Amino acid sequence: MNKMIITEAKLFLRDPAGPIFAILLPLALLLGLGSIPGFGEPDPAMGGQRVIDTQLPGMMVILSVVTMALTALPATLVAYRENGVLRRMSTTPVSPVRLLVAQVVNNLAVAIVATVLLIVLGHLFLGVAVPRNLLAFTGVFALGTASVLGLGLLVAAVAPSSKVASGIGSLLMFPLLFVAGMWIPRELMPDVMRRIGDFLPLAPFGQAIRDTWAGHAPQPLHLAVMAVTVLATGALAARLFRWE
Amino acid sequence: MIRRISNVVVMKVIEVSDLRKEYRGRNVVDGVSFTVEEGEIFGVLGPNGAGKTTTVECVAGLRVPDSGTVRVLGGMGPAEVRRHLGVQLQSSALPAKIKVWEALDLYASFYPAPADTGALLERVGLTARRDAYYGKLSGGQQQRLSIALALVGRPRVAILDELTTGLDPQARRDTWELIEQVRADGVTIVLVTHFMEEAERLCDRLALIDSGRVVALDSPEGLVSRIGSPQRVRFRPSRPFDDAILRALPEVTGVRHEDGRVEVSGTGDLLPPVVSALAAAGVTPADLRIEQATLDDAFLALTGKKISA
Repeated sequence: MNKMIITEAKLFLRDPAGPIFAILLPLALLLGLGSIPGFGEPDPAMGGQRVIDTQLPGMMVILSVVTMALTALPATLVAYRENGVLRRMSTTPVSPVRLLVAQVVNNLAVAIVATVLLIVLGHLFLGVAVPRNLLAFTGVFALGTASVLGLGLLVAAVAPSSKVASGIGSLLMFPLLFVAGMWIPRELMPDVMRRIGDFLPLAPFGQAIRDTWAGHAPQPLHLAVMAVTVLATGALAARLFRWE
Repeated sequence: MIRRISNVVVMKVIEVSDLRKEYRGRNVVDGVSFTVEEGEIFGVLGPNGAGKTTTVECVAGLRVPDSGTVRVLGGMGPAEVRRHLGVQLQSSALPAKIKVWEALDLYASFYPAPADTGALLERVGLTARRDAYYGKLSGGQQQRLSIALALVGRPRVAILDELTTGLDPQARRDTWELIEQVRADGVTIVLVTHFMEEAERLCDRLALIDSGRVVALDSPEGLVSRIGSPQRVRFRPSRPFDDAILRALPEVTGVRHEDGRVEVSGTGDLLPPVVSALAAAGVTPADLRIEQATLDDAFLALTGKKISA
């Protein structure tokens, strides 16, 4: 298993566009937007919070996770299926499930690196506080990332080609990011939109990341939605995934 | 379970009986039966779309047959089969950016007692390319790496599907030599092909497959002789002679003259009696040519189709 992860990691780094994008884009956005003077001032519309307190860094964490899990992961897996990589492996004593696991581990590693960099550099350059409820933050990160990875695996299971996989990935990504508050903070959204978001996979993840970053406990509803997403996407993906 | 009582007993490595597989309402494999014996090169020969690949995919455990049985190495379970069966499939590849040694090393880690990867690379002639990316290899090199991956687990049986398709003649001959070496090591080989020349050169026995059925199963020579093997001998005689001296031979069925050339047709081993009859009559045959039936003719006679269309 270790050899598989190492080999996949090497392949991953030889084509570094995906990981670089997932790490650098959110970082650049955090540091760039975070330097805009207004975002560093308490905003009465957001209950006196500053945009750079949790909204901006929280959304950037979500962005890096989503970039890896919804675009990079499905595209790679579907390409493996298209090229017969999975089929070839299924003739050996080792199940191609391990290849999936190795891919998930690599994508997860990138998301973790991106998140750590966002926290550390945000703190050093913008004075953003380190997540105040670090334990809960870590748990939410794990659960939320698992839910997005599950969604990505489901896309990989149903997409007939890597092009279609990228298409479905982007199609899911933008509306989900929107209701999660990527462009308009959830505090400023109409109630109905915020309510819809509560039941979609990404908004609870984003909200729980922001809540724990600020030192609060995550809302039980959000944890439940994420857990259901993990179970539902995982079960469906396992059922629908084809090796060829 | 077939037990090996002594070394004289030939073990049946693969037993397929009445295999059927339907795909989109079409019987792709329609009652195929054959057995493969230990140590032989067994050919599965037929035109594209005859059901060859589906048949071997069922043998390799990649597809579940609709009916019929497949027994590999005396009835091993699927997990055990994957350990002892090396498979090289037509439509399978590796990631473009994996290096040759990495692929071999990774696949070696899948097996309990893998072959020495350095020696294997040497054998398939890829030592100089060990650090090259898979995507940068030539077609022949990719095929040879694919064969190496099928052999890295030291399988008892190797299934090789269309392994020389798309190769230039030299690369094809090199690959054939490699297959012969592998067999010499005691690996039983199932070779799926639609190349007559390949089947004739390599296979001990062949199953001719057409439209999902086995039309004939025999050695290449046996298949050719089965169709009555109409041979033709053509030559330019040094002087005129009486046809009767040739017609009197039991092997000869006809003699024709055309533009000073003679064409003798017949069956069996035609050449020696014709030459000695001519010598007895003091005739020297010049421009002597012999035309034998090929597997192509055998396939045509058995199915009414050309194999390599």
